[in-house]
Amino acid sequence: MSGTVPIPHGLPMERDAGPFAPPSEITRLRDARPVSPLVFPDGHQGWFVTGYDAVRQVMADTRFSSRQDIGVLHVPYETPGMPVATEPSPQIPGLFIAMDPPDHTRLRRMLTGAFTVKRMKQLEEHIIDVAERRLDEMARMTPPVDLVEEFALPVPSLVICEMLGVPYADRATFQVNSAKFLVKDQPLEEKMAAYGAMTTYLAELVVRKRAEPGDDILSDLARHDELSVEELTGIAFLLLLAGHETTANMLGLGTFALLEHPEQLAELRANPDLVPDAVEELLRFLSVADIFYRYATDDIEIGGETIAKGSTVVVSLLAANRDPERFDNPDALDIRREARGRLAFGHGIHTCLGQQLARIEMRAGFAGLLRRFPTLELAIPAEEVRLRTDMNIYGVHELPVTWTTAS
Amino acid sequence: MRISVDRERCIGAGMCALLAPAIFDQDYDDGRVRLLDPRPQQDHSALREALDACPSGALHLDES
Repeated sequence: MSGTVPIPHGLPMERDAGPFAPPSEITRLRDARPVSPLVFPDGHQGWFVTGYDAVRQVMADTRFSSRQDIGVLHVPYETPGMPVATEPSPQIPGLFIAMDPPDHTRLRRMLTGAFTVKRMKQLEEHIIDVAERRLDEMARMTPPVDLVEEFALPVPSLVICEMLGVPYADRATFQVNSAKFLVKDQPLEEKMAAYGAMTTYLAELVVRKRAEPGDDILSDLARHDELSVEELTGIAFLLLLAGHETTANMLGLGTFALLEHPEQLAELRANPDLVPDAVEELLRFLSVADIFYRYATDDIEIGGETIAKGSTVVVSLLAANRDPERFDNPDALDIRREARGRLAFGHGIHTCLGQQLARIEMRAGFAGLLRRFPTLELAIPAEEVRLRTDMNIYGVHELPVTWTTAS
Repeated sequence: MRISVDRERCIGAGMCALLAPAIFDQDYDDGRVRLLDPRPQQDHSALREALDACPSGALHLDES
């Protein structure tokens, strides 16, 4: 498709093409100009990358820096009350998602051994067990219940708390703060208060781990003498946040998507061997972690456009994963599609560290849920499901579901 | 054909070990790629998938 579309002013965010599709303005833009200028709310002239090949290139090229302390990284949507950034942000110790090599490499390598394919295989039985126990509890309830609260959030939460050595009993506090931290449109003071509460809690926790290590990832990290408490806290924050919000939203939104595609759901129920492929396809189709930023440290050509040094580059993984140049009939949910190459976990050196864990959790979660609740359905009209358009990780706020109980 | 791996580039995402476990594994300690079979006779489709999926560009194939 060709043609001209206007240069967007601010990031298009309205989910006007349905709860699972990218905003239609983004789709039009990708089809016309997959590497497009973007006028940011603060007046910055940056770029918005939506085509599959171009997004892959940006994510793989470390000249597109993830640091926030070398230049101003502009925000593509307005946040009321948030002052316009005029100075680079200082680096947060331990937050390696916002670092480049060699700092990023040094910190990430301390963790990769804990998330290998084999380690996750060893955990699989246990994760299935965690999911099944949550489903047991749900089955004892009287429907309707909120699937997010009773299942989609507790499963990854229990698993990541256990792996990191975070007492699950403390979850109420940090789940509230983690959710607050991820709200886009809120006063800066509230965001910082939530962040402060989480980091204070985690700093105390890692200090305890250093004094009395247990058998968990944070204790293993705390054994590295060269890591400061601030770095340990930053890493713990990143892992806890990432371990909560991503998989939980994939389970919640993924269930919603399956319920809205009954023929796909029926096929999956009839053939549970398709669960791993269905997980890959849901990852592509939903891409709940969608928008990422990079800072161009050089003049770089991508997709025939020259991105000038100092520009903020925004990529949409969801748009890339719906690119018809890469996937046939991309807007169809097709669990038989072998959705290889989808970018839902990102690409390049920052590719999701926990992706093998997420896969196992989703396989266990979807397989268990479909088997245990053969009559699962939405308890409210689909258009009343509250979407997380206000959050940095997309999904559903609640998913009221019901089922018929065997008498 | 011959495969080589660049362990300095590797970030331990594990796609190779997931997609082509007969050819690739990961270090127990730091998750970095280990090449089990530099000249695989079979399963070339899994190999190509693994090459394509590697996020850090740490896998190379010499077709000659």
